[in-house]
Amino acid sequence: MGGLTWNYILKRFSMFLLTFWLGSSLIFIIPRLAPGDPVSAMVVRIVMREGYMENAQEIIESWKERFGLNDPMAVQYVKYLGNVVQFDFGFSLARFPTDAWDIVLPALPWSIGLLSVASVISFIIGNTIGALMGWDKTPRWLKSILPFSLTFTAIPYFMFGLLLIFILAFKLHWLPASGGYGRGVDPGWNWEFIKSIIRHGTLPLLSIIITSSGGWALGMRGLMITANSEDHFLLAQAKGLSPRRVFLRYGVRNAIMPSLTAFALGLGGLVSGSTLVEFIFAYPGTGYTLFQAIQTQDYTVIEAVCNLMILITSGSVFFIDLLYPLLDPRITFKSNK
Amino acid sequence: MEQKKVRRWNTWDNPWLNTKFLIGISIVILVVLFGLLGRIFWNVELAYVGSSPLNLPPVWQGGVPEHPLGTESNGRDMLAQLIVAIPSSFKVGLIAASVGMTAGLVLGSLAGYFGGWVDAVIRTLADAVVTIPTLAVLIVIAAFFTMRDTTSMALILAMFAWPGPTRIVRSQVLSLRERGYIRMAVLSGERPFGLMFREMLPNMLPWIAASITGNISGAILGATSLEALGLGPTRVPSLGTIINQAQTSSALIRGMVWWWFPPILVLMIIFTSFFLITTGLDEIANPRLRGLNK
Amino acid sequence: MSTINTENLILDAPTDAKKVLEVENLRVQYDTPRGAVRAADDVSFYLKEKEILGLVGESGCGKTTTAMAILQMVQSPGRIVGGQIRINGRNIVGIPESELRKYRWTELSLIPQGAMNSLNPVIKIKEQMADAIRAHENIKKKDLKPRILKLFNDVGLPERVYNMYPHELSGGMKQRVCIAMSIVLNPSVIIADEPTSALDVVVQRVVAQTILEVKERLGVSMIMIGHDMGLQAQMVDRVAVMYAGRLVEIGPVMKMFKNPTHPYTQLLIEAIPSIKEKKPLKVTEGLTHDLRNTPEGCIYQFRCEHVEDSCCNEPPRMYQVGIDHFVSCRHAAERARSMELLGGYHG
Repeated sequence: MGGLTWNYILKRFSMFLLTFWLGSSLIFIIPRLAPGDPVSAMVVRIVMREGYMENAQEIIESWKERFGLNDPMAVQYVKYLGNVVQFDFGFSLARFPTDAWDIVLPALPWSIGLLSVASVISFIIGNTIGALMGWDKTPRWLKSILPFSLTFTAIPYFMFGLLLIFILAFKLHWLPASGGYGRGVDPGWNWEFIKSIIRHGTLPLLSIIITSSGGWALGMRGLMITANSEDHFLLAQAKGLSPRRVFLRYGVRNAIMPSLTAFALGLGGLVSGSTLVEFIFAYPGTGYTLFQAIQTQDYTVIEAVCNLMILITSGSVFFIDLLYPLLDPRITFKSNK
Repeated sequence: MEQKKVRRWNTWDNPWLNTKFLIGISIVILVVLFGLLGRIFWNVELAYVGSSPLNLPPVWQGGVPEHPLGTESNGRDMLAQLIVAIPSSFKVGLIAASVGMTAGLVLGSLAGYFGGWVDAVIRTLADAVVTIPTLAVLIVIAAFFTMRDTTSMALILAMFAWPGPTRIVRSQVLSLRERGYIRMAVLSGERPFGLMFREMLPNMLPWIAASITGNISGAILGATSLEALGLGPTRVPSLGTIINQAQTSSALIRGMVWWWFPPILVLMIIFTSFFLITTGLDEIANPRLRGLNK
Repeated sequence: MSTINTENLILDAPTDAKKVLEVENLRVQYDTPRGAVRAADDVSFYLKEKEILGLVGESGCGKTTTAMAILQMVQSPGRIVGGQIRINGRNIVGIPESELRKYRWTELSLIPQGAMNSLNPVIKIKEQMADAIRAHENIKKKDLKPRILKLFNDVGLPERVYNMYPHELSGGMKQRVCIAMSIVLNPSVIIADEPTSALDVVVQRVVAQTILEVKERLGVSMIMIGHDMGLQAQMVDRVAVMYAGRLVEIGPVMKMFKNPTHPYTQLLIEAIPSIKEKKPLKVTEGLTHDLRNTPEGCIYQFRCEHVEDSCCNEPPRMYQVGIDHFVSCRHAAERARSMELLGGYHG
């Protein structure tokens, strides 16, 4: 029968755990595949860059001790997984006494805000455009305009962001080029701060929305064309429903399901892409934190951010999975069969 | 009685002569030719640090003809950098995509053909890998392995290029397996695997081609992203590295458009033409999408 | 050549019943890159009140196209290029979409082919029924449920279906839902597009029975498309035979079965298998011509056994050969007439 079933929830939840486990394990394994151990590898790189590091050997030894790198690999792995589950990544290497998690955590709301607003808006805009492109009753003039919205589809978010910075921030001075909020603004629940957040967020948002809505549009167009020739779509027309109702209830309503699947599949790319957007806009989210951690060779922070990114995407996919059965009664029906 | 002559197969009815597909292909070829032929006509040694005067604007903004596209803050000639960078970007894309495609073909056919637990394992793995944000893992890799050349980068990118083709091949094999003529071929005693490739491949061709193009541009994007973050091979110029250097040297604020814009423009052209190829192929594979613009 | 003046064969239909639907010179064509395909060419017939008209022919002959044209739902690249379709005397070809919507389902409804895919899988049955009512009437929410449940009762569906999704129903139940849906607004004409073809034989029988009952009770007129001549014989009052986009013969079903007039109808009737006698399978020779290149003259000239030179020059028109009985073949009409004149034809 329709609706959520425990069986279904359990299945999707184990998929979520599997994905998260796979991702975290990759992040554990990769540094250990590098010649030497992670700490030495990092120190070597610092030495290569700075030319010299005082007491390098001692530092390596003390760090190794602290990170338990002298334990057998299996023990390290179990400890690591335990830490990941507790979101305990140890101290930041670059800003030593600070906890890595305490560096990452303040950045989280910024990223989640940017990501969710950008993805929801581009999903809605893109699917609306696509549905109208694929519908046979869309006015001709609209149909000739819509394809232009696909122009920037293939361009990576961050490159488009650079163009936007150049034109809207440096040439026209309409919007700020970087940061999450203005320098003189007092963070908190005041109007000035909110206004500043919106002003600073506009360009990063625009660069994601303009470049990513085309992809949804294209997918939706195809789905809509298919939906247009479904028997129930034709029957709805024969019933004399208003074109709007046919479009929404018998077209979009059905085509949105695969589109949502594409959305879930595209989330990883979206998170990756927005990392770079944060980087070029110096937006105070996790992506920018990651960039700074790379600059300072802050291994624990890199680990923390990457795990967080994996958690965010796999968690969101799990959430979308839970939405499916509510939108399509057949999902749990089929999986129970 | 005499029947009027029927107009037969028109050459332009050939689905492969899709406008988008052809435009995309031509642009890609032009860009590749620019990269390959450029080194014959231009001194690529100028792409390295200190080979040229610093901060020269392009020739139309008062620069010198010796450096038509200008030079940047480290004394590298922009034209020479582009000529070196373009083929290396394509190389990364091609290697990653072909490795990913090969893996995808094998895994997808296995999953689609055998079904059961083989299918379940492969599908679950592919789903999981698709969900993982590629860049996170790439960054960890790049942070610990110094990537000296583009090949190693390409191989790392290939790790994430297989789930797409696997899904496509799997679903195609599944749907084709049920079709009458494949069943007939099995009944007539053909060997399953040879059959799969001989009979099914022509049908899957546009899908596979679309998947390859998608993967090439995906890999170029991945490489460029890493380079833009400063994690690429730094000695050889590449499009992403130029963007990174321009970004860290504040080329935007300093008004050095000729530094940051050319690599972005080239990449935009590359990505857009790959996009055209993919949508063109999509229309080739799915006739319903065709002719809708009429 | 024949000596009978064929013009005399065209009579005014001596029929007393009211014509609810009249199709006149309907032409539908599909535009393809290699020329236009005439899927329905010069089709004319009428449907009388409380009558069931069967529409038969091999696949691709234009029967579904004709039905879709009546509903004004020909899918692109097809379009109606000529003719009139009158419902209760009013033409609906070429009227604006908003006008047309008022006719849909209130005057003309559809029992679709393949009920499997005709219900939206993600919307509950009650909503899909209600959609049709709400599109044409201002109905109070509390009146909606009893009205739908009454319809369910009429077609023999249990009440629980009201709250179900299509995938929870069997094929026969889905088809009943479609039947209930088609009568929800008491239309003048129902078009049933092979309503039983996707069902197994037992269910087929029951669904056919339901359709007949509903038709009796409501006194509605129906057009029933099908290729199963046996089923047609049991259900319809008159039958119309189509071939390659043209109507070749239309007439009372018993007359047509006993005395098929048109050579193609004869072929179809002979092709019905019988348990009583074993007859050699008749191989139908010749191919249908290319629909992009309709020949001059009769449409059936390439397959007809009785083809004459005159058949290839001038297209035949509909010649009346009896009450509500027309045929699109001059020679057949002449033969039928002479048989009638000789008293050998008793209908």
